[in-house]
Amino acid sequence: MSSNKESTSRTLLVALTVSLVAAVFVAGAAVSLKPVQVENRLLDKQRSILSIAGLGDELSSAQVKDLFNSRIKARVVDLATGDYAEGFDPVSFDPLKAARDPKTSKALSGDQDKALIKRREQYTTVYMVEQDGKIASLILPIRGYGLWSTLHGFLALKADLNTVVGLGFYQHAETPGLGGEVDNPKWKALWPGKTLFDDAGKPIIKVVKGGVDPASPDAGHQVDALAGATLTSNGVDKLLQFWLGEQGFGPYLAKLRQQGV
Amino acid sequence: MAQQPTVKEVLFNPVFNNNPIALQILGICSALAVTSNLKTALVMAIALTLVTAFSNLFISLIRAQIPGSIRMIVQMVIIASLVIVVDQLLRAYAFSLAKQLSVFVGLIITNCIVMGRAEAFAMQNPPLLSFWDGIGNGLGYSTMLVALGVIRELFGAGKLLGVEILPLIKDGGWYLPNGLLLLPPSAFFLIGLFIWGLRTWKKNQVEPASFRMAPQVNEREAY
Repeated sequence: MSSNKESTSRTLLVALTVSLVAAVFVAGAAVSLKPVQVENRLLDKQRSILSIAGLGDELSSAQVKDLFNSRIKARVVDLATGDYAEGFDPVSFDPLKAARDPKTSKALSGDQDKALIKRREQYTTVYMVEQDGKIASLILPIRGYGLWSTLHGFLALKADLNTVVGLGFYQHAETPGLGGEVDNPKWKALWPGKTLFDDAGKPIIKVVKGGVDPASPDAGHQVDALAGATLTSNGVDKLLQFWLGEQGFGPYLAKLRQQGV
Repeated sequence: MAQQPTVKEVLFNPVFNNNPIALQILGICSALAVTSNLKTALVMAIALTLVTAFSNLFISLIRAQIPGSIRMIVQMVIIASLVIVVDQLLRAYAFSLAKQLSVFVGLIITNCIVMGRAEAFAMQNPPLLSFWDGIGNGLGYSTMLVALGVIRELFGAGKLLGVEILPLIKDGGWYLPNGLLLLPPSAFFLIGLFIWGLRTWKKNQVEPASFRMAPQVNEREAY
């Protein structure tokens, strides 16, 4: 028995059988749990949008669904022209998927690609909180590379399209305790009230090292960087420059300013 | 073959007599990382207990079939599959917790306790006994994690499972939290203190010194 058990053919057979059974087991679990997980991710994103727009923290799943459906309106924007794009369902449209597909995205050249995302989608979804038929706040999806990972988040603006309501990231894999502190409520609390653009409409928001001097005239558009996380802080800075600039939401925001919100 | 241990022995011995963290010093990494609050510690403890128990069960079931030359890799395949399933379950039913535990659920694969029990116990013992051994070692790990989680969350944040126990000064109470307890090194100190306490209580766990200093012969040697 024992010599038989150690034979090459027997070894291969056992290896094959174990691998097959394990593969079926794992694949079965992954496939059968996928719908629940997809819904969780969607819910997590919606929760993050609500929290960044200042509509409530620590909401239950039912509250998130309710509040999101009643208060938040999603629209798809053509980033190149800044116009709203018709013919998309903003609920099912997935900008991240579009960014991966060469047909629905454009490659960024080295100096355009400040956020290091390589490809930018042509169309993306923006969210807005409306009040009496007017935009009360506008929530823009932003993303960019930090140290280890792409940070995915949202930036919420007031109706003046200049003042920050909130900023936050719902998905990243930065170092816990250092770059991971982008999730720290204390750091996120530094953002509301900061202004993003100068009078000419150029993005001047900056993440600065060594603390912001409150007496300085620039304090209104500077945010203290994260301690021990230079590259993550730089990443946040760069991704804001990108998404607020010409390659990002620049044309869209310019159109909104022209038309009046 | 040695006398087979009883279910009671394999179930409760690892809690204090042969604790995987305190005596075997295994699984320290995750014990430092996930115990800053009790909730993540509990989930991690349950996840590891289940993985150890079922990996022991399955490995023991096929132990007569596993060729010696590939036994480690077969064990790894079984453990890894179980961990992936646990990770998928957490992502489906406890998404925010899964986000907090991040890589540590995946790292159960490399947790020495799981592999150690598979190799040391499940390869030699019948399936049911191995299953209980897995539960027992999981309990040992859980005891330690829960103790760490309670101390760190209670004294580091004044809360237990997110419910305020000690009112903090910044919210108008009287307790000034010890921020060190929320950082991983504090778990290291606490584990050290636990080991000290456990070995004072159960003297037979004290290891013989592996190195003895030669006595000082001449007082001038000191200069």
